[in-house]
Amino acid sequence: MTGPRPILEVDALERRFDVSAPWLNRLLEGKPRRSLRAVDGVDFDILPGQTLALVGESGCGKSTIAKLVTGLHAPSGGAIRFNGDPARMQMIFQDPFASLNPRWRVGRIVAEPLRTLFPETPDTQVQARVDELLRTVGLAPADASKFPHEFSGGQRQRISIARALAGEPEFLVCDEPTSALDVSVQAQVLNLMKRLQKEMGLTYLFISHDLSVVRHMADVIAVMYLGRIVEIQPAADLFAKPLHPYTRMLLDTIPDLEAPRRDRAPMGGEVPSPVSPPSGCSFHPRCPLAFGRCQAERPQRLPHVHDRRVACFAAEAAADV
Amino acid sequence: MSDPVLEVRNLRVEFPTRHGILTAVDDISLSIGRGEILGVVGESGAGKSMTGMAILGLLEPPGRIAGGEIRLSGDRIDSLDERQMQAIRGRRIGAIFQDPLTSLNPLFRVGDQLVETIRLHSDLSRGAARARAIALMKEVGIPAVEERIDNYPHQFSGGMRQRIVIALALSAEPELIIADEPTTALDVSIQAQITALLKRLCRDRGTAVMLVTHDMGVIAETADRVAVMYAGRLAELGPVDEVVRRPQHPYTSGLMGSIPSLRREVDELQMIPGAMPRLGAIPTGCAFNPRCAHAGPKCRREVPRVAGNDPSGNGAACWLALEGETA
Ligand SMILES: Nc1ncnc2c1ncn2[C@@H]1O[C@H](COP(=O)(O)OP(=O)(O)OP(=O)(O)O)[C@@H](O)[C@H]1O
Ligand SMILES: Nc1ncnc2c1ncn2[C@@H]1O[C@H](COP(=O)(O)OP(=O)(O)O)[C@@H](O)[C@H]1O
Ligand code: SF4
Ligand code: SF4
Ligand SMILES: [Mg+2]
Ligand SMILES: [Mg+2]
Repeated sequence: MTGPRPILEVDALERRFDVSAPWLNRLLEGKPRRSLRAVDGVDFDILPGQTLALVGESGCGKSTIAKLVTGLHAPSGGAIRFNGDPARMQMIFQDPFASLNPRWRVGRIVAEPLRTLFPETPDTQVQARVDELLRTVGLAPADASKFPHEFSGGQRQRISIARALAGEPEFLVCDEPTSALDVSVQAQVLNLMKRLQKEMGLTYLFISHDLSVVRHMADVIAVMYLGRIVEIQPAADLFAKPLHPYTRMLLDTIPDLEAPRRDRAPMGGEVPSPVSPPSGCSFHPRCPLAFGRCQAERPQRLPHVHDRRVACFAAEAAADV
Repeated sequence: MSDPVLEVRNLRVEFPTRHGILTAVDDISLSIGRGEILGVVGESGAGKSMTGMAILGLLEPPGRIAGGEIRLSGDRIDSLDERQMQAIRGRRIGAIFQDPLTSLNPLFRVGDQLVETIRLHSDLSRGAARARAIALMKEVGIPAVEERIDNYPHQFSGGMRQRIVIALALSAEPELIIADEPTTALDVSIQAQITALLKRLCRDRGTAVMLVTHDMGVIAETADRVAVMYAGRLAELGPVDEVVRRPQHPYTSGLMGSIPSLRREVDELQMIPGAMPRLGAIPTGCAFNPRCAHAGPKCRREVPRVAGNDPSGNGAACWLALEGETA
């Protein structure tokens, strides 16, 4: 099958972290080295102009993938191919308070990528571009002379977006960009991000733990559990026909404003430690469909199972019949 | 009819600052009955926590209660001194905060902390208090309690810690629990476990609960009634289903529209223009008027109030809802 070429191709990506005790303790207490598989064999592609969302509970590896894709971490295995211009990849972080230099005026913050990437740009042109960017994100050119602390959370996230846009990005990695914001402010930021995507043809790798936000933003959704993608589907399909038991339980668990269910049965158990994940399918201790094979063997996302969309033996069996 | 467990009338909380007095909670009236869960929502800075802290007597000076009354099962508690308030906290009012570590001492075993609290508020022997602690830990769903009771707080996961805090808050059989964002720091799948637990235990015991959260979904599935706060004031108060389905206050309906839907695709989320005013710059009249599409002259002149300011009263603090016009 041939279609448009993905702008990002991620293949069997792995990242391990050494979480051993200090070597002296290991020596004295005879403790072995321990490593944590934060990202444990992840594959996905993103088409230009689309949004792929990673969703999952805390610690499942979303931010680590963001850091691998943007080069802040080196992979321990696998490959990341970026078929765009690496200089035009930018990142937006969760915390609009920590990610802006508090001692710089907003104008300098927004201009920084411009000055780094195109150092020969004349000052007047930089100034004009900053004015334009501030207007684009719904701030005023006069805001350039203020400091970050003079802005609200949502306004600070707009400043982060203006800064990310200054480098004329084609690809944006957004790690929980609205998680620190109130819903009314979140709506302003999400609408802005969607509008900019449409106008500038941006591609997003969009990370969130909030399924309703992800549904609103994403073309394709990848659900993660303990460092792995357990299911990946177009957004509408994922909600209409979730294939993996974990996805189904997540959808059953989250409170629904429009159809509140006061007797909702919460999902049992807790996310196990990624230092010693369960054998086989790491979801098996919490899975209502688990059977013998699930403890022994790790399910793969196989080409013949629902277009390679789900990693689960029960789903495989259902597809085989 | 018996007294409500909590009755707050015209509560006002102020912070004197160099630039004048800031009013963080402005004329709030509400009540909670036995076994009832009142949700309190609103965006960051709306005054939710300050309302809870005022009830608990935990306002940090110079913050102070500057007006109104707070009654617990009919007894005035807003004018008590710190020693009297301490006796009420823990015994008659339990507290659960976002970070379980604010309620747990990291240096003591969780079992000892529970036994300590139980003995402080009862005349049980050590052995009997320990048996009760074990029963409570089982009830909140700690697995293998006999093995874990002598662990320290850091040896538990965030969700387990919050279960222990719930056990601690319930250990003295309080009449009222103030839970301030009890699940905000937890994972989605754990959040549901904790809210379900809190709901079940308080129902069984008839405990009144004030559940402060920014998550409308949690409110919709947990609370009986909801109070929506804006800029320190009550915007709307009513049964959850009504407020969610037929919000009367333009701020509430804007808030509902800004939440992305799990069921429908929309191209654009509804937006409320602008931002909530800072405390020092609250506009005259209705605090929401600069952002409201229905604002009229009356809105810029007079502060609307939830009908009659009756603590059990329902309704919206909005001239349009109250009088059908804003002229
Ligand atoms: N530098 C590091 N050293 C050791 N472990 C790490 C490091 N960075 C991440 N981890 C671990 O890797 C796992 C995945 O982390 P990551 O930050 O990607 O999770 P996440 O899904 O983004 O979580 P959250 O939603 O809480 O931010 C976690 O168990 C985390 O503790
Ligand atoms: N020590 C203080 N001095 C001045 N203002 C304060 C202080 N503590 C809280 N406030 C203000 O009181 C208002 C309500 O705060 P709070 O109840 O904590 O809001 P939230 O609804 O987020 O819990 C906010 O505007 C906050 O800035
Ligand atoms: S592989 Fe087995 S344990 Fe894992 S999700 Fe599927 S049925 Fe459940
Ligand atoms: S009182 Fe007026 S300004 Fe305030 S919410 Fe109602 S209509 Fe809008
Ligand atoms: Mg993260
Ligand atoms: Mg708060």
